[in-house]
Amino acid sequence: MAVEPSTRGGLLGWIEDRIGLEALRHVVEAKTVPVHRHGAWYYFGGMTLFFFLVQVFTGILLMLYYRPSSQEAYESVQFLVTQVPFGWLVRSIHSWSANLMIAAAFVHLFSVFFLKAYRAPRELTWLSGFALFGLAMGFGFSGYLLPWNKLAYFATRVGTDIAGALPLVGAELVRFLRGGDHVTGGTLSRFYGWHVAILPALATSMLALHLLLVQRHGMSVPPSVELEPASARRTMRFVPDFLLRDLFGWTLALGVLAALAALFPWELGEKADAFAPAPADIRPEWYFMFMFQTLKFVPGGELLGIENEAWVILLFGAAGAGAFLVPFLDRRVVERGGSPLVSAIGGAALTFIVVLTAIGYHAWWPVGTAAVLILGPWVAGRSMAGARGERS
Amino acid sequence: MSPTRRRFLDRFLGTSVMALAAAVLYPVLRFLKPPVIPEAATSRVLAGKVGELAQEGWKIFPFGASPGILIQVAPGDYRAFSATCTHLECTVQFDKPSQRIWCACHNGYYDLNGRNVAGPPPHPLTPYDVQVVDEEIFVTRG
Repeated sequence: MAVEPSTRGGLLGWIEDRIGLEALRHVVEAKTVPVHRHGAWYYFGGMTLFFFLVQVFTGILLMLYYRPSSQEAYESVQFLVTQVPFGWLVRSIHSWSANLMIAAAFVHLFSVFFLKAYRAPRELTWLSGFALFGLAMGFGFSGYLLPWNKLAYFATRVGTDIAGALPLVGAELVRFLRGGDHVTGGTLSRFYGWHVAILPALATSMLALHLLLVQRHGMSVPPSVELEPASARRTMRFVPDFLLRDLFGWTLALGVLAALAALFPWELGEKADAFAPAPADIRPEWYFMFMFQTLKFVPGGELLGIENEAWVILLFGAAGAGAFLVPFLDRRVVERGGSPLVSAIGGAALTFIVVLTAIGYHAWWPVGTAAVLILGPWVAGRSMAGARGERS
Repeated sequence: MSPTRRRFLDRFLGTSVMALAAAVLYPVLRFLKPPVIPEAATSRVLAGKVGELAQEGWKIFPFGASPGILIQVAPGDYRAFSATCTHLECTVQFDKPSQRIWCACHNGYYDLNGRNVAGPPPHPLTPYDVQVVDEEIFVTRG
């Protein structure tokens, strides 16, 4: 079918005739976002995306100097942070942004969970989002090893060995992850490949699907808001109202990121040594800390012929699988508009994660950070919904 | 085209596409699985020299691709074990104040006979034989 030529002249008309932006403009203009007291949680998906874009940009810059071999990796990062102009800043931003991305993704995931946004017809949006969260963890785990320092080396040995707890496929999986029987330079090359090629390809495809589904179904409205009369429901236009608020959030995120990266440059530590003991302050990235700490509490021994730590690891796996499949397990939310038991289980899981992380660090900051990330959007959402109500 | 011919062609094409996908995927999956490279069967290594242990009382030494730990319990009394923690593969160290072998990763302890005595380790450390020949300490695994 022939396409009608654009009525616009000049460059815009020329582009319009070739790309057909008019159709996109109609979609954008028609897109609205619900306004209610839980609205602040909507911004965390976009914020996660913002940090992901920062990761892509700084990651490409780091690739220009990084050398992925056990002989050169540590030295190349050392050169980058000491000799390359602003090298320390780019690396620090990459490391901090990775952590903030996971934090934003945590908030996004739990808010979607508690607001029951996974219910029909958004099951695939939840599944693709959960897969993206898993990929983000994969980015974190593979990226942690790349500087080839002591902490990362042992964290990778422990982390990959955990996969060995899986029945039947465990041993093969460990070899697959490590690229051999031990954590060596071969593991480093393999992790580099995952980190800069395989995971980005998977994440980009999954992100495209996730965003497409978000666009198709629009923002979910929580069941408690859905129960309110239709006349009380309000919306705002995506462009410019929501977009400008989103950009404000991104600016705030950039400010926090820049401050953290500049004031607390990411440390490099000591070079990995396969024949040195594990350092006393060994720890994984903070988002694996609750599992690491749980494993510390489990005494050695066996239950039904399976080692205790394997039970714990299998239990974590089962919990993850349960969370992944929650749209299909939680049928009550569709039938009765709420599922307090599922929310309670989620609340218990969140409390467990925060408490075990705090114990792992022997510090209160995980509790404080969690409180700010929960109470901040909770208060902001009510305030924003109220302020808009007064204007309209 | 008759329905039978169409069905045949559909199935033929479908099978061909699946065969092509398998022909591409199989080498890729095999490629991802690392080859098994047998380690040189090292059964005896020079772990250190007598004078080396005077200061710290212990050291980690390479035994093939894996680490071993050598401890001087008393003058002339040496013990050696695999230094790989039986819990999750961290490398252990000697904790002088408690006179035990300690894994920093998950706070596991072994006694000086390599027995797992506290924390998560599920099994004892593998013990090695120690021989001192002309001030040189050799470690042998059975």
